[in-house]
Amino acid sequence: MEAKQTIAPGTEARGGGLKRRLAVYGQKYGILVALVLVCLVLAVANEYFLTARNITNVLRQTSINGILAVGMTFVILTRGIDLSVGSVVALAGIVAASLATTSSTAGVAGGPYPALLAIAVGLSVGMACGAVSGVVVSRFAVPAFVATLGMLSAARGLTLLYGGGRPVPELTPGFRVIGTGEVAGIPVLVIIFAVVFLIAWWVLSATRFGRHVYAAGGNPHAAVVSGINVRRIRFLVYVISGGLAGLAGMMLAARTGSALPQAGIAYELDAIAAVVIGGTSLAGGVGRVTGTLIGALLISVVNNGLDLMGVESYYQQVIKGVLIVAAVMLDQARHRRE
Amino acid sequence: MQPKLLEVEGVTKSFGGVAALSNGRFALERGSVHALCGGNGAGKSTLLSIVMGIQARDSGIIRRNGAEVNFRSPREALASGISIIEQELSPVPAMSVAENIFLGREPLAGFGRIDFRSMNSMAQSLLDELHFDIDARTLMMNLNVAKLQLVEIAKALSYDAEIIIMDEPTSALGEAEADQLFAAIRTLKGKGKGIIYVSHRLSEIFQIADTFTVFRDGAFVDSGSMANVSREQLIQMIVGRPLKEEFIKTNTPGDETLLSVRGLNSTNNVRNVSFEVRRGEILAIFGLMGSGRSEIFERLFGLVEDRGGEVVLDGRRISLSSPAEAIGLGLAFVTEDRKGSGLVLSASVRDNICMAHLPFLSVGPVMSGRRESQSAREMIDKFRIKTASDRLEVAGLSGGNQQKVVLGKWFLTAPKVLLLDEPTRGVDVGAKREIYRVMSDFASAGGAVILISSETDEVVGMADRAVVMRDGRISGELSRTELSADRLVHLAA
Repeated sequence: MEAKQTIAPGTEARGGGLKRRLAVYGQKYGILVALVLVCLVLAVANEYFLTARNITNVLRQTSINGILAVGMTFVILTRGIDLSVGSVVALAGIVAASLATTSSTAGVAGGPYPALLAIAVGLSVGMACGAVSGVVVSRFAVPAFVATLGMLSAARGLTLLYGGGRPVPELTPGFRVIGTGEVAGIPVLVIIFAVVFLIAWWVLSATRFGRHVYAAGGNPHAAVVSGINVRRIRFLVYVISGGLAGLAGMMLAARTGSALPQAGIAYELDAIAAVVIGGTSLAGGVGRVTGTLIGALLISVVNNGLDLMGVESYYQQVIKGVLIVAAVMLDQARHRRE
Repeated sequence: MQPKLLEVEGVTKSFGGVAALSNGRFALERGSVHALCGGNGAGKSTLLSIVMGIQARDSGIIRRNGAEVNFRSPREALASGISIIEQELSPVPAMSVAENIFLGREPLAGFGRIDFRSMNSMAQSLLDELHFDIDARTLMMNLNVAKLQLVEIAKALSYDAEIIIMDEPTSALGEAEADQLFAAIRTLKGKGKGIIYVSHRLSEIFQIADTFTVFRDGAFVDSGSMANVSREQLIQMIVGRPLKEEFIKTNTPGDETLLSVRGLNSTNNVRNVSFEVRRGEILAIFGLMGSGRSEIFERLFGLVEDRGGEVVLDGRRISLSSPAEAIGLGLAFVTEDRKGSGLVLSASVRDNICMAHLPFLSVGPVMSGRRESQSAREMIDKFRIKTASDRLEVAGLSGGNQQKVVLGKWFLTAPKVLLLDEPTRGVDVGAKREIYRVMSDFASAGGAVILISSETDEVVGMADRAVVMRDGRISGELSRTELSADRLVHLAA
């Protein structure tokens, strides 16, 4: 979009410069503008919206989907997709919970174990799921949609097998800190999300690995010829997505106080929605994790606003659907102009 | 006098106040081939899209058989007998030749079923009439690019087209395949059709065209009969300034062997290939499409696993198991398909230039933005890449500038051996010359260049030596004094 501005020198002379510039800004920062507008409208419409308590609440609600969406951004940037994150949320959550519960029936013998150990195991479970998907995609060239659809089903089955279909309750206070704790009034959930986001932003924008991710997604052939190990990159993005899904699963269990075998169902859809609304192209190679953050926030704010105004939750789903499609239509319109 | 098939006069078109075409004109006679010549950005594409009704003209007149016409869509142009064969073909690969020809207007039998029998026989008789050796029931995916072109021609004729526009039809063809196409064009001429032919390859234009029109910077320059113009005159009209030599060659081969290849095997039956290249030398690999030329590069660059053979670089035997390793050893590979494997079109000029050199532009895992932008600047200056900023998407650059970005990417790695696969395909005469200068300078500075080319002129003009490939093997070698188009073609066929 910057290209058009600089390459076509005649546009300013024709008048309409301001209008055009506004249009360009609108397209470039469209999602951010939409978020700000929605916030303004809600702030005027409902006095409760701008209270510290509600803002904290919105951020808390964004955290888990936001973390999944950050992982999803890596995968989608390489032209992939990870449909398994919802199931991995449940599997990692229940495995970690079984190590951190005082319940004698649902826990692993000898427990409860220290919270850090449980978290390490939960992360490993998530990364292992991602590694399996990653190998299937990168080594055996199975389309990501199919490979992770398989993992979606398999991880859910493993979750039910592991816990016998029962929830794991009575989590230790140490483990529950990641879901309910607060530091200086800020929920630990939000802090973890902020840290994950900042690391992802740094990795994608400042590191060699980040360049590799964009190149591998933008044109895998050119990336291979340029000496980039595209298979390795494709493998690693699923490990990242799986690991973050594991983290999100534990945060969810810690927040609610017990790990449920049916946790995380359809979470992958909200994660993909946040990425897509945030402007990352499903065709790969184009997108930013800042966009994903804004996308995730927009979904939460809209849900929150509709809650505050007492709109039925069924409508929320319809509106989210419209939002997703509208965001991509905007993006397509921009591409056509280019 | 018979009216002209197509006559275009004084057509103008501007985009956002910038004139893309200030005086578009040409005329096409029945039973002739008219070449539209000009560099990238000369206005040929704009003019053709106006003729086809894809874009509206600001002013000017178009006459079809003497009657003024004003097409508002390609469909209307097609109905009036004008058909275009785009540079990038878009067949439906899993369908048969006949299905592709009759796509969207399949003959029907009862109950809406497609009448495959009559469709196949209609398609076959069409192909036979044109003397195309193609079975109408073959799947498109099993045809080579030349045959795909022929199918496109048949399709155009099945619409009763009188005028066929061919936009760079040989850009993906070797010389033998191009000959097939030219034979087809002659058949069309014999049937009284008119062909508008767009190509950067001058030798082709002299081979096939009857008349020409040259455009430069959106304006008509000259037109006339091919018989009355010399190659030098035509180049001068296209470039707009006198061009002493088409090729630039100042390098002289040294004595020291830099790269030696013994008994190399690769994919597609490439077997037992041996050659060596010295410092300061430009070695050409000539051959038809599919003769195994690119496969040699793919093996040398570690894109294909070891299948036997020995490679010695600078006196040291090397194994080549990945592109990263090849790059580390000082090899650089400008691939044949710029958009497919040369560039990440969605990425910036800077990111593309830096792509093969990332380990040297980072501190540990962290990229150094300063070094990246310095490197990009250096290459943009060195190759005179025309871009307003190194942060712009490379997709917005012209073909010639894109190719220079690819060259910049590889020169940043400070290579010893430059592997060039069809480096001048689809770039205009001016940019071609710059690429020749780069090759020559690189060799003069002590590097070695291996050049794959389908153009005999280019091989004769640039190479110190040529090896010729046929069916995956080397069929001969020619020294600079022995080099000639005849000998090359003879060894290749």
